[in-house]
Amino acid sequence: GLFTFLGGTPSDVQWCFSQVKGAMDDDVAEADIISTVEFNQSGELLATGDKGGRVVIFQQEPESKNQPLRRGEYNVYSTFQSHEPEFDYLKSLEIEEKINKIRWLPQKNAAHFLLSTNDKTIKLWKISERDKRPEGYNLKEEDGRYKDPSTITALRVPVLTPMDLMVEASPRRVFANAHTYHINSISINSDCETYLSADDLRINLWHQEITDRSFNIVDIKPANMEDLTEVITAAEFHPNQCNTFVYSSSKGTIRLCDMRASALCDKHTKLFEEPEDPNNRSFFSEIISSISDVKFSNNGRYMMTRDYLSVKIWDLCMETRPVETYQVHEYLRSKLCSLYENDCIFDKFECCWNGNDSVVMTGSYNNFFRMFDRGYQQDVTYEASRENSRPRSILKPRKISTGGKRKKDEISVDSLDFSKKIIHTAWHPLDNIIAVATTNNLYIFQDKLN
Amino acid sequence: MEVNVEARRILAVSISKLYASRSQRGGLRLHRSLLLSMVMRSARDIYHSSRESEQPNGEQPATEEPMDTNCDPKEKARLAPDLADTSADMAPGVSDKLDESDCDITEDKENLSPAKQSRKRRGKASAAPDFLPSKRARLEPGEERYAAPVGSCRAGVGDYRSALTLNQVIPAF
Repeated sequence: GLFTFLGGTPSDVQWCFSQVKGAMDDDVAEADIISTVEFNQSGELLATGDKGGRVVIFQQEPESKNQPLRRGEYNVYSTFQSHEPEFDYLKSLEIEEKINKIRWLPQKNAAHFLLSTNDKTIKLWKISERDKRPEGYNLKEEDGRYKDPSTITALRVPVLTPMDLMVEASPRRVFANAHTYHINSISINSDCETYLSADDLRINLWHQEITDRSFNIVDIKPANMEDLTEVITAAEFHPNQCNTFVYSSSKGTIRLCDMRASALCDKHTKLFEEPEDPNNRSFFSEIISSISDVKFSNNGRYMMTRDYLSVKIWDLCMETRPVETYQVHEYLRSKLCSLYENDCIFDKFECCWNGNDSVVMTGSYNNFFRMFDRGYQQDVTYEASRENSRPRSILKPRKISTGGKRKKDEISVDSLDFSKKIIHTAWHPLDNIIAVATTNNLYIFQDKLN
Repeated sequence: MEVNVEARRILAVSISKLYASRSQRGGLRLHRSLLLSMVMRSARDIYHSSRESEQPNGEQPATEEPMDTNCDPKEKARLAPDLADTSADMAPGVSDKLDESDCDITEDKENLSPAKQSRKRRGKASAAPDFLPSKRARLEPGEERYAAPVGSCRAGVGDYRSALTLNQVIPAF
């Protein structure tokens, strides 16, 4: 489990294909494009959201006694339509049903709760199991019709009898009409009561139970929109300090805010920014420095940011520069103009930590994803593809040839498929199981247990 | 100059992206619009500064002033013919809100999409109220008033933030 990774170097860890979910055809329906992936806190449940507004939850089967060294598979647990397309009549704008983010609430009872959001509306969903139903009502027939009272001669208490397991998803709260701009993040506070939602210019604080009001805690909208120079790109609460959150910007800065300081956190407590390397200046410097994701480490001492070409690890105590920088696909730096033309430069890659914060992972193009081991300072590239998907087959590290001579098994930069991108990845919080989303498929890999 | 050609191409690509994003499902994305406008700004500034360095009098202004009051009159004369047709008949209150992209590529009509050529009529609120002093530069003795070039067209590549208006780029929310 958690400590298997500490035992050896990354080269000892062998990642194996476990499962792939989703349609096999190359013709991808737009509604099936996966837009978010998230494990719950125990790792037992894995949720995906798609462009069609649906949420699919997979549940890990318990380990079987017959095969103790094999982890349980993830199978569909619940599927439901979370958001529908809407129309804003005032602005003549369609509101997409695409699920931007899913976040699980910490489990308090038998039911599971998650927040899912599209561009404008956040919903709290309750997912609960029903495996019994009451039978033998005194006053009602089996089909629900009431019996004629004169025929009732005895008193009978209904008995709960087993039935086939039914998993029900019901919307418990709808948090609407609080965002003028497009919501990019939601984050649940460690206080178990509140959560934040962030759009391009504002961050709102909600109570999980209260839908008719929220508190605005960050507002970077300038008085004159012509003066706009940056937008909020991601926001997250600190994992254990309930007063602290961070938000990243399109300018490559991260601001850490303390809600105890004032009601409106427009003045940051800390500003994290690395000076730009003047040698790398180009037309596209601003776009590639825009941060697409920010994630606190599980221990709360670090945070990770993803910009177009790199992943950076920041020590929360040091604002001047990141403590670690990892190049995801530096070979793309000379191709920024083409990537601008085909829109790939606007792709918003996400990143994630493993359970003990020793490894970070992020996606790239050609269905590649990258892992960076912080301790051993090693990195590896893997590919999620149907060809490498025989059961329990070991993933082979991939190499991209950047120089003139291409070695055997290397892939040249020019043959990369930029339509195949891995934007969303997730790491099981307690185990070496990862979920990687290609356009419309979800791949699950796990490390080989010996 | 190669940089010049690339800058123009990027500008053209950016404008077509901006135009295409208007018909996107879910409405205009603020983040994307902002990034597009920044690329356009870079491309426009590099385009103009590379054109400038090609001129015999390659002197660049040390600081950038939105209303160009510090400019060398010789440079004004050089630029004026390029921009005379777009700004000569513009009222002072309107010229500083001139759409940058329209101004810069009037000579490059083949790359200009028809929709962009129409000049949006500014609402009453955005025209300068008449109790405010005129924004026209105070002339030194001996100077003549030339057609006012748009503020930041000649800015260096460095800091160009203050002058750019994003009227056409960032929609009024």
